[in-house]
Amino acid sequence: MHAATILARNVLLEARRSGLPWLGLAGVAAAVVLAAFLSQVALTESLPLQAALVAALLRACGAFLVAVTVASSTAREVADKGLELMLSLPLSRTTQYLGRWMGHAASAVLVALAFSLPLLLWSAPVAVAHWALSLALELALIAALALFFSMAFGQLLPAVAATAGFYLLARALGTIQSIAQGSLLEASRVQRAAQWLIDAIAFVLPRLDATTRTDWLLYGAPQAGDYAAALAGLVLYTLLLLAAGLVDLRRRNL
Amino acid sequence: MSADERPWSSLPHGLAAAFAVLLATQIAWHGLRAQLPRDARSDLPPAPRSAALRLAAFGEDAAIARLAMLYLQSFDLHGGNAVPYQRLDYPRLIGWLGTILDTDPRSSYPLFAAARIYAENPDREKARLMLDFVYREFLKSPNTRWRWLADAALIAKHRLKDLPLARRYAAAIDKYTTDPTVPSWARQMEIFILEDMNELEAAKIMLGGLLASGRITDPAEAKFLRERLEQLEERLRKARKR
Repeated sequence: MHAATILARNVLLEARRSGLPWLGLAGVAAAVVLAAFLSQVALTESLPLQAALVAALLRACGAFLVAVTVASSTAREVADKGLELMLSLPLSRTTQYLGRWMGHAASAVLVALAFSLPLLLWSAPVAVAHWALSLALELALIAALALFFSMAFGQLLPAVAATAGFYLLARALGTIQSIAQGSLLEASRVQRAAQWLIDAIAFVLPRLDATTRTDWLLYGAPQAGDYAAALAGLVLYTLLLLAAGLVDLRRRNL
Repeated sequence: MSADERPWSSLPHGLAAAFAVLLATQIAWHGLRAQLPRDARSDLPPAPRSAALRLAAFGEDAAIARLAMLYLQSFDLHGGNAVPYQRLDYPRLIGWLGTILDTDPRSSYPLFAAARIYAENPDREKARLMLDFVYREFLKSPNTRWRWLADAALIAKHRLKDLPLARRYAAAIDKYTTDPTVPSWARQMEIFILEDMNELEAAKIMLGGLLASGRITDPAEAKFLRERLEQLEERLRKARKR
């Protein structure tokens, strides 16, 4: 078996033993119970309300679980000098890095699958399938993001904080851009500069607000072109993060 | 007790006592707070901009729009209120409904609440404000929002006794809807507004038509509408007895 695959399998095994499946199930149960409770007070759209809340909660829960799993696993390995031991093996750094990410990405895909199944209670299978594939790629991107920051910082707290900040900014950037554009009518130079800055940041961030959209579950699957563009953006940015992580690891004297 | 735990008796008495006292204090504190009179929450805060709501949602527009509706619904809806919503500041309420609708324009919740709950306020001015909001929002997307203007037309006729307003709304449905799936009774609403039928008969025709066409699929909405019809029936029966 290829070395990267063996590494990936070990990472997947670690995720299973670290309680990720139970935490995922607890997340599903909590989201479903909360949505069922809130739907009791809804006077209309009780089913879309449940679908929207469960999807939003599970998406956030999935991102959090994947980011913390990757960051804690990497931070532990750095602290135990396991990473240095691994680097002393006759395996290239690229193989080690990609193997590690493949394991985390595989657990992210399983989390996405588990989180999508309850949505079949309220939404059409085609819409859920679109949402599930998008969530799987989004969580794989978060795995790459968390791995990049964990390897760069080597500690749990900065890695989780950086991943969360990056993720939230990527999710809100579309709205931030529209707010900045809306106030441009009588904009001062400072406001214009702020808008350019926001636009510049948007160039180097993924458009996470266009992916895994709850609308798809409520109003039907997205247009093929929009959907393909959203997924392509996720794949491209994941590859970019992996490349950045490899550059960082290969340049380091370890 | 598992093998890696020590017995309870190994705890210092002071620590165990402090834990018990703090737990009891927490429960007592919560109990005392629960006895305080609850905030009536009748003062609706000003509506945020839809961009602010979107920003707070981090891309989950559909979810935040529905949560905001539940939040809005919780205002002035308490058991002690003989007539819910009548104290609400309607311009603010309309601001909220508009913001929520801007956040998720495809949600039917804000217009449902506007036409079927807030427009039934006994204060005629407030009811008019709400009907006007429904009309303005209808014009933005007639093919998907005609249902709520049909409701508004009935309220204008039977509650406000304003036949010209009811006819204006009914005529707007015919004039602006282009979707062939809009039922004929909705297009001909002006005729049935002019007919001499009471509120119950008109409501039955409209809601019966909606239910028969499969447009009302949500169980909560179907339950709400059934209850509304029963209440209407009861009210008209009492009025006839008098």
